[in-house]
Amino acid sequence: MEFAYYPGCSLEYTAKPYDQSVREVFRVLGIGLREIEDWNCCGATMYMSVNKLVAFSVSARNLAIAQKMGCDVCAPCSSCYTILRKTNQYVQWDPHAKSRINEALKAANLSYDAQVNVRHPLDILVNDVGVDTIAAKARYRLDGLRVACYYGCQIVRPNADFDDPDDPQTMDKLLAALGAEIVPYPDKVRCCGGMLMTTYEEVAQNLNHNLLRCADENGAEVIATVCPLCQMNLEAYQPQINQRYGSAYKMPVVYFTQLIGLALGIEPAKLGMDSLLVKLANPRLKAKKTAEVTA
Amino acid sequence: MPKTTEPVLKREAELRAAFWDQVRSFPDGQKIKNCLQCGTCTGTCPVSYTMDITPRETVALFRAGMLEEILHSRTIWICASCYSCTVRCPQGIRVTDTLYALKRLAMDKKIYPDNFPVYALSRAFVHNLYKYGRNFELGLGAAYFLKTNLMKAFGQAGFGIAMMSRGRLSLRPHTIKKIHEMRAIIDRANELEGV
Repeated sequence: MEFAYYPGCSLEYTAKPYDQSVREVFRVLGIGLREIEDWNCCGATMYMSVNKLVAFSVSARNLAIAQKMGCDVCAPCSSCYTILRKTNQYVQWDPHAKSRINEALKAANLSYDAQVNVRHPLDILVNDVGVDTIAAKARYRLDGLRVACYYGCQIVRPNADFDDPDDPQTMDKLLAALGAEIVPYPDKVRCCGGMLMTTYEEVAQNLNHNLLRCADENGAEVIATVCPLCQMNLEAYQPQINQRYGSAYKMPVVYFTQLIGLALGIEPAKLGMDSLLVKLANPRLKAKKTAEVTA
Repeated sequence: MPKTTEPVLKREAELRAAFWDQVRSFPDGQKIKNCLQCGTCTGTCPVSYTMDITPRETVALFRAGMLEEILHSRTIWICASCYSCTVRCPQGIRVTDTLYALKRLAMDKKIYPDNFPVYALSRAFVHNLYKYGRNFELGLGAAYFLKTNLMKAFGQAGFGIAMMSRGRLSLRPHTIKKIHEMRAIIDRANELEGV
């Protein structure tokens, strides 16, 4: 099993722990990740709203390189995931668009005909590797860690093909199999506001306040995320949110791959646990008996 | 018909033609014609509470010949692209993509204030991409706040320091090796679009 890895801009810095933990978890599970050489920004939502042909062509450059590599793409950032998938859909849907995108790509001696599938690591881990396999390889249990699984928007909408857009379960099942206690989280697919945190701060703060409150009221001690923007909005702006709403949240917000990595026995530092702004104080990992460990 | 309304009607007709062009350019775009006015989009939208025109009203106003009003609304800029409306619409209308179409139309027709946040951010982002090939977050933030609200930039300082001390913010942009390829693609695409 091998994938063309598309980290995306966020994973280089703000979401460094996500990049670290995806690479580590995939390495331990024996899934190959070859980074797309000299990849560029996917264009993100904003680019898509300015000029469509430019946005799709820029995004398609990455897919064209992956197509040459001959494997499907693994894209951990929800926004990149959606944009790359949208580009695929567009190329497949409209022959005219396809020829125009290819005309633009020709300027760089590239071509693309939608031969590459774009996958999210959560999809790969649950559907290709399998929950049972991962649980069997775990060396520690996330013993009773009370987790709110937050999926956000763009991995389940608009073109979800591996989980339900209203009540997704993949992360719940995976982390539960590793020993976590999954708390009810009715807001699991409500929006964090994305870039609104920059453009309409008061609106985004309201959305994130609701998400934090919902997790807190359901007894979560940590929120697990699948997206760099969700993670940053929920984690980094807690002081401002607390100030505006008179709350006192100090909720750790981690990437789901960090929790998997801890269960697999990967050193916390290698998973970027130190780079979190709100530390997960007590992951309470209890070692399993060696007899239970198969890998 | 009084003479004074003629330019208004002409303008509306011109905008509508441009709108339909945009809508034809994505899958299922024309399903917007099937809107039932049920309001599911507005009900499911996490930010409709702060819109001046709700998503459902957008369609109603369009049908009433008031596209120009829609383009002046806060609504099209406040959509966070969560796609809740799109997956729940009983008529299969791609509401989010339709709002994108309206955004592009407003930008094409230069309907926005000068220091308008979303536009400023988009411009800074596009500039970044052409220059480096990847997003440079610190540069993007700086360009954005300089253009919109300098005081806000100072408010972000604590956040910046916290992120930087954990290696989560870069002071220098990363330029991709084949930036010339990237620029050639962008230039050619712009040329094809007639920009």
